Amino acid sequence: MSALGKVVRAGVGRKRVQTLVMVLTTMAAVTACILATGLLVASQGPYQRSFADQHGAHLNVLYDPTKASPAQLAATAHTPGVTASAGPYPALSVQPRAGADVRIPPPGSPLPPMTLVGRAKDGPMDGLRITMGRWVAGPGEVVFLDGHSPLAVGDSLQFPDLPGHPTLKVVGLATSVSWSADGWIAPEQVAALTAPGTKPAAQYLYRFAHADNDTEVEADRAALAAAVPGGALAKATSHRPAQAEANRTAATFVPFVTAFGVLGLAMSVLIIGVVVSGAVSAATRRIGILKSLGFTPAQVARAYVGQALIPAGVGTALGVLGGNLLSVPVLGVAHKALRGGLLGIPLWVDVVVPAVALAAVTGTALVPALRAGRLRTVEALAVGRTAPGARRAAARGGPVRAGAPGPIVRLQHLIGRLPVPRALSLGLATPLTRPARSATTAAAVVLGTAGVALCVGLTLSLGAFQDGLQAERSSKVVVQIPIESSTKAVDHVDEAAVAKAITTRPGTRAWYSSAPTPVAVAGNTGRSAVIAFTGDASWSGYQMISGRWFQGPGEAVVATSFLRTNQVRVGDTVTLTDNGRSIPVRISGEVLTTNDLVFVDRATLAPLGTAVQTDAVGFHIDLTPGTDAKAYADGLDDAVRPLGLSAETGGQQINIVMLAMNTLAGTLTLLLAVVAGLGVLNTVLLDTRERVHDLGVLKALGMSPRQTVGMVVTSVCGSGLVAGLIGVPIGIVLHHQVMPAMARAAGVGVPEADLTVFDPSVVGPLILGGLVLALLGALPPATWAARTRTATALRTE
Amino acid sequence: MNAPIIRIRGVSKTYDRSDAARPALAGLDLEVRAGEALAVLGRSGSGKSTLLNLIAGLDRPSEGAVEVDGVAVHELGEAALAEYRRKRIGMVFQFFNLLEDLNVEDNVLLPAQLAGMRREQARARAGELLERLGVARHAQAFPGRLSGGERQRVAVARALMNRPPLLLADEPTGALDTASAADVRDLLRGLNAEGQTILLVTHDTALAEACADRTIELLDGRLVRDTAAVPTSGGVR
Repeated sequence: MSALGKVVRAGVGRKRVQTLVMVLTTMAAVTACILATGLLVASQGPYQRSFADQHGAHLNVLYDPTKASPAQLAATAHTPGVTASAGPYPALSVQPRAGADVRIPPPGSPLPPMTLVGRAKDGPMDGLRITMGRWVAGPGEVVFLDGHSPLAVGDSLQFPDLPGHPTLKVVGLATSVSWSADGWIAPEQVAALTAPGTKPAAQYLYRFAHADNDTEVEADRAALAAAVPGGALAKATSHRPAQAEANRTAATFVPFVTAFGVLGLAMSVLIIGVVVSGAVSAATRRIGILKSLGFTPAQVARAYVGQALIPAGVGTALGVLGGNLLSVPVLGVAHKALRGGLLGIPLWVDVVVPAVALAAVTGTALVPALRAGRLRTVEALAVGRTAPGARRAAARGGPVRAGAPGPIVRLQHLIGRLPVPRALSLGLATPLTRPARSATTAAAVVLGTAGVALCVGLTLSLGAFQDGLQAERSSKVVVQIPIESSTKAVDHVDEAAVAKAITTRPGTRAWYSSAPTPVAVAGNTGRSAVIAFTGDASWSGYQMISGRWFQGPGEAVVATSFLRTNQVRVGDTVTLTDNGRSIPVRISGEVLTTNDLVFVDRATLAPLGTAVQTDAVGFHIDLTPGTDAKAYADGLDDAVRPLGLSAETGGQQINIVMLAMNTLAGTLTLLLAVVAGLGVLNTVLLDTRERVHDLGVLKALGMSPRQTVGMVVTSVCGSGLVAGLIGVPIGIVLHHQVMPAMARAAGVGVPEADLTVFDPSVVGPLILGGLVLALLGALPPATWAARTRTATALRTE
Repeated sequence: MNAPIIRIRGVSKTYDRSDAARPALAGLDLEVRAGEALAVLGRSGSGKSTLLNLIAGLDRPSEGAVEVDGVAVHELGEAALAEYRRKRIGMVFQFFNLLEDLNVEDNVLLPAQLAGMRREQARARAGELLERLGVARHAQAFPGRLSGGERQRVAVARALMNRPPLLLADEPTGALDTASAADVRDLLRGLNAEGQTILLVTHDTALAEACADRTIELLDGRLVRDTAAVPTSGGVR
């Protein structure tokens, strides 16, 4: 082995703790970068990626085989604009009923009309991806479109009107980027599900040269319709709804993934820089020895870049591995939420991120190595015998002639005069001996603290946001038409009797009922649903984005989408119509909901003579404190069963998108905190090692182990606290940018209450979080310093 | 005659734990009386610094007992050792060991501050010591700007800050020019004349003769010469 090789190997092996810290730091930084970049890529156009991967179709067309011959249908593949096609697949438009083993909805209840297609999972177009269960093995089984299935896997559906009363069992859920059908069955099943005297439709899938907007898609559809005899094209659905839903969900991820990604990348670069340059700077005296032995400046630079690259290379390799391993669950959650996109880190990310990391290592190692290489040998040898601060102080002159000390010396002096134990003031002044290194580390802790603040804020806001979106489920007890069949069906709910049962029951604090109505909004037929409320709903979990809840007849609160669609604002008046009559209502507020809804007091609708849909009425009950919700619901259930209703305790559902966001934010924050902590650990370790001789002197003068730990730990207190004071506001500002951007992407506004989550009880611990982060990083080197034998430390130069 | 301030009984110290290891100190017995100035002579590797480290509580004996000013140093834990070093001993080193990023006054104040002395009281004591040792005009200077002799005077002031009953000096003139060495020699002699017990480790026989009223010599970890005519206190086992 060459002399250079031996120097590099010895340098890496001798300082094992420093090498280990460098490996861990680069590993955590690269892991964070891989994951952040992977998520950024995953959230960029997941639909387009899935569409390409699964050979999606722009149009799913059902043809009536009685009106066009197979040859005519096959010829549609050559219609102008068509670039690819698949089919024919037999397709059935059916309306089955829930099977006998189904719990929700009740057995025998009609399911929504659906299109079932007999085809294989894979094909030239619209490859299907199983997300739960399995693909159909033969007749008697069905796989539904994930996210749109009326039944759960394992449930059955029946066709009582067909000969032989066939049943199908749901064996799986699948995604289709084209939403080409509601469900898929084995082709040999089709005949049994075909009504006597009818023929299955023929489904063809098409991809076009131009299908980027609704106009182009409509033109494509018209071209197909023109290519076959009149009326042969029975139904055509496009990929646009699937694309819109996927893009809307993905767009909500982009703001926060970008924020975390940028934080992670910036912090990783800072930490790698501080770790590598610190390691090289700490070896300046050794460089002097090497130069005295005849090493050239270039050899010195190569040796120290090599010494930095070996542990950084190992850390980078481990980071790539860790990032890819961690990406499996993290991207899995994102994939589930986005219904597509990446399931693994793209190869280019695995190449580019380590390359950039190693380039950063080389760059940050090269600068101090070249500087040290150019130092005169005697100067390099002298370094390490004196503390950097002393050299700086001496260089600035003044201390002897007490007239003109530099600002750093003056600050050290001031800190020394603080009314705290001397060990602590010594610790507080320590960062001033290496101000650049301390500032860089503090900057990393600032970013880490900002990340934690952003994560906490997003978690709180998303939780509150979720509560608002699920306000109708937030009540303690809900009374409604039962979902199982043991209760007798009723045509009309006796609301007065239910209200009496609720109000007379001990434990009831407040209640309201809500029911859909057939009321329409003038000029907006069929788009908005009008919900009528009875009772005091002011305690409900509905959150106002602007304005206020309605205060009686003549007022309404509406969804954000309603305002946008109808181009009206809070304070404007809209007209409700029913039974040929109309009434004006003033919009008193904008409520948080993703649906296009209008909420009014039921009394508002009295002039219209509206009959609410009492079979869908829900009574929402709040209980007095201390009331057992389960016991209350059971008791009330006995009372309302004869009325055809059931009472159950309320509860919110888990939202996969919210869960995914919280999981991703939590994972990225943890990584940011680990990287910041390792950065602090490395900085304190370097500082402690550089000052180990001084440490020996202090211990010889009587500094106790506790005072030693206190001094070393205090050395990061100032920067930790400052990092908290700067990082938390940055995190709050980011939160106030990211959260509304996410909401905008989802098509809603953000209630002010969901944004103002940073009250003192949250901000206080967050600010201290920067301190805790710094202290955790400083504790291991502090313990090491306390355990260092005094005699050994005194011998250390 | 004054009572012993240092009692060392059967002290051995071995750094290498292997059977073939040569002990740095081998079964040493020694007593030093309060007010005495003892010079420990010996070549490199004779065990002088090891003896000093054991007395200072910087290291622990492999065998035997070290008692200083009534304190069984070999039995103390780390925290108690720190308190012992604060209150019972002052140390002067060959290379001064002043903290380069603290000025002279702050260096001298350190032991008192670590011991929790009130600031005004500590500053008064530091001022008094710096004045007495002739370096008061450098109180705000940084050590790097002082001569070797001045630095060692500052180090002595720091060592005396908490009025320790025992002053340990490890080659205090080893890094000084002749004039500065003479300066420090006079300083130590003066301190001993005022009643300060001093244990001086050196290989400079002239310094030993000038400063010490008793001299012992170590060779391979054993006491081979003791000028004290006190047959019951010290000697080769």
